[in-house]
Amino acid sequence: MSVDPIVLFFLLGVGARLLRSDLRLPEAMYEGLSIFLLITIGLKGGVELAAHPLGPLLPQAGGVIAMGLALPLIAYPVLRGIGRLGRPDAASIAAHYGSVSMVTFAVALAWLADRKVPHEQYMPLFVVLLEVPGIIVGILIAKLGAGRGVHWGDLAREVFLGRSVVLLAGGLVIGWASGPHALEPQAKLFFDLFKGVLALFMLEMGLVAAGRIRELRRTGVFLLGFGTLMPIVFATLGILVGRTVGLSAGGSMLLGTLAGSASYIAAPAAMRIAVPEANPSLSLAAALGVTFPFNVIVGIPLYATIATRLFGPPI
Amino acid sequence: MLPVHPRKVVVIITESALEPQLVKDVRRLGAQGYTIADVRGGGKHGDRDNDWERDRNIRMEVVCDEPTADAIARHMRETHAPHWAMTILLGDIGVLRPEKF
Repeated sequence: MSVDPIVLFFLLGVGARLLRSDLRLPEAMYEGLSIFLLITIGLKGGVELAAHPLGPLLPQAGGVIAMGLALPLIAYPVLRGIGRLGRPDAASIAAHYGSVSMVTFAVALAWLADRKVPHEQYMPLFVVLLEVPGIIVGILIAKLGAGRGVHWGDLAREVFLGRSVVLLAGGLVIGWASGPHALEPQAKLFFDLFKGVLALFMLEMGLVAAGRIRELRRTGVFLLGFGTLMPIVFATLGILVGRTVGLSAGGSMLLGTLAGSASYIAAPAAMRIAVPEANPSLSLAAALGVTFPFNVIVGIPLYATIATRLFGPPI
Repeated sequence: MLPVHPRKVVVIITESALEPQLVKDVRRLGAQGYTIADVRGGGKHGDRDNDWERDRNIRMEVVCDEPTADAIARHMRETHAPHWAMTILLGDIGVLRPEKF
């Protein structure tokens, strides 16, 4: 089977950075591409959501949110006990792994689309639901026992009105309110170009992720192990949750991918403000330098295999 | 020669995530205005070459009278400097329009 071009674009970025090429995507382009991806994923989910009665989705949404709250509570004792990290660092990394990575989700969506695997098209709704709970639990863990209070107002703005939540949720609402026919004129821009834009974005992600590899040498082997094994455990858990709340094999694999992914946009920003005593390079090295590449190259196919084993029908 | 009035400039180089808080702080401590620019550099917290959106550095400049400069510098040192990558500089400068600062 041929290699996924999206992975190859990512590897091109990694290689360019490691070989010290001067390749860089202009900052405005990076931001533009990420806005495009967020809006598109939101719109796709919203259009599908319009075709579903919302009532039956509530138990699924509840299960997904409960999972988002549980993930950092599982990660934290591992980081403290095995990693021997201090409370702020362990809580911060737990928040990163409790929250999700939209780009990892996008790569998994493209992976399933290539293989024509059916899945619930409203999955982007769960990306929105999973982004915030992990961060809040991480902050609460850090603050329990710490003297200093949190400015919840400032933090709520950072967490709920961060770019990714606004664009994803906004896209969902626009897609849901307008439906597939009204969006027809926009479909060429948003839906047809999705994979090309994702490929370009992955080139930039390769450049950025490779920049974190240097820091890993300083942070040691624990984060390397944590950044690869924890996602597998979380993804398996996510797939089981998906199965329990009645998702298809493809949908459960996507939920597993979300559970196994780590946030590197929303969580770093929120944790830096809420828990400034945590070292941001530890959590970013793990989330961006280890887990993101792991998920893109190994994790996504692996989670599909796990879903297949648990569900039976081949993906 | 134009008349030049002595003032202080406070220069704070730090992580961009802190920007909203800094703006609030210096306003509260009596600054009439401020200027912020995106910058690159390196130090003991590592190179900060702006390759990641959450890794950007800013430089904030505040021109003000001596008591205000003192209050701002003191606040930065006590509140933010322990946990954030931060350089605080104080300098003597002259301004042409003293009512602005």
